[in-house]
Amino acid sequence: MTDNSMRTPIGRVRGLGSAKSGLHHWWMQRVTAVALIPLTLWFVASLISLAGAGYAETVAWLGSPVVAVLMIALIIATFYHAALGLQVVIEDYVHHEGVKLALLLGVKLLASLLAIAALFAVLKLAFGG
Amino acid sequence: MAEFSLPANSKVKIGNTHKAGAGAKRVKAFKIYRYDPDTGQNPRLDTYEIDLDECGPMVLDALIKIKNEVDTSVTFRRSCREGICGSCAMNIDGTNTLACLKSIDDVKGDVKIYPLPHMPVVKDLVPDLTQPYAQLASIEPWLKSKSPPPPDEERRQSTEEREKLDGLWECVLCFCCSTSCPSYWWNGDRYLGPAILLQAYRWIADSRDEYTGERLDELEDPFRLYRCHTIMNCTKTCPKGLNPAKAIGEIKKLMVQRM
Repeated sequence: MTDNSMRTPIGRVRGLGSAKSGLHHWWMQRVTAVALIPLTLWFVASLISLAGAGYAETVAWLGSPVVAVLMIALIIATFYHAALGLQVVIEDYVHHEGVKLALLLGVKLLASLLAIAALFAVLKLAFGG
Repeated sequence: MAEFSLPANSKVKIGNTHKAGAGAKRVKAFKIYRYDPDTGQNPRLDTYEIDLDECGPMVLDALIKIKNEVDTSVTFRRSCREGICGSCAMNIDGTNTLACLKSIDDVKGDVKIYPLPHMPVVKDLVPDLTQPYAQLASIEPWLKSKSPPPPDEERRQSTEEREKLDGLWECVLCFCCSTSCPSYWWNGDRYLGPAILLQAYRWIADSRDEYTGERLDELEDPFRLYRCHTIMNCTKTCPKGLNPAKAIGEIKKLMVQRM
């Protein structure tokens, strides 16, 4: 609240009105969280079983259809979930409108770029690049 | 950015000490936040030593005794002194609660008393609650219906429907919960906070209210509702033993239900 404003308290609180959104963000954060439980367990278990394996063996494992599909699911869920979570953190703590907008854009672009790079790597291995 | 330290003119200094009388046997020190914006001075923490043998059992009894007998300038709100009016909400021993319901014996060591956190201070222990009151008005906390009231009769509600309001109607609007919520600290201008969301759910859950959808529409907002990150300070601190976090969870569930 700015102290020099003569707006009524109720006018300030009503503000720009309800955004009529927020449910989708909240829901997708839960959907990706649930998806990440089995995917992460599978990924960690696979890494452990691959301990000591050579380069060729690891590449062959990553390139197999089931593994590649699960890896793609893991990558999408991870970066989607991370982008949603970081967005909430920024909205919570950054109150300068310009900085907030720049950070929100940055997080979305960076998450997208990292996800695309990771997906490209999996596809390259799967299709024998 | 979020405020992690107080601005220079808000730093709390050490204040005056009012010693107990020579004959006092059971002495307890009350350290009370003092601030008067008219003086331009920083806030300070004044110490009042009270003989518990000459004082009632609750923290509010001690505050009234201090104001009556030691220092008339100590400023706080109080009315019913039995946990119904919600006036004497303050931060005692690190927790938001009602001074009239907080037993002095429950506090180990000195009794530290501050105003409700992160609200503008009018004077001493009196916070400016303009914003939460306006937020309460914004959710229109009254029964709204399309159907006209039945002639010569009240609007009927079954016993089961009435039971859904238990745990909601008891709220006395002391704002202990909202002012304990970090999300409300950082974004209180847009987030409604647990007290108001519990009130909103009180009308959403009322079988006689016919504006449930419109009420949910007004709440569906990244800030108004979804700034709640289930930190649960609200439920932990509520002096009436209510569960605002559960009420907020119920609103979120209804949002999913109509998705």
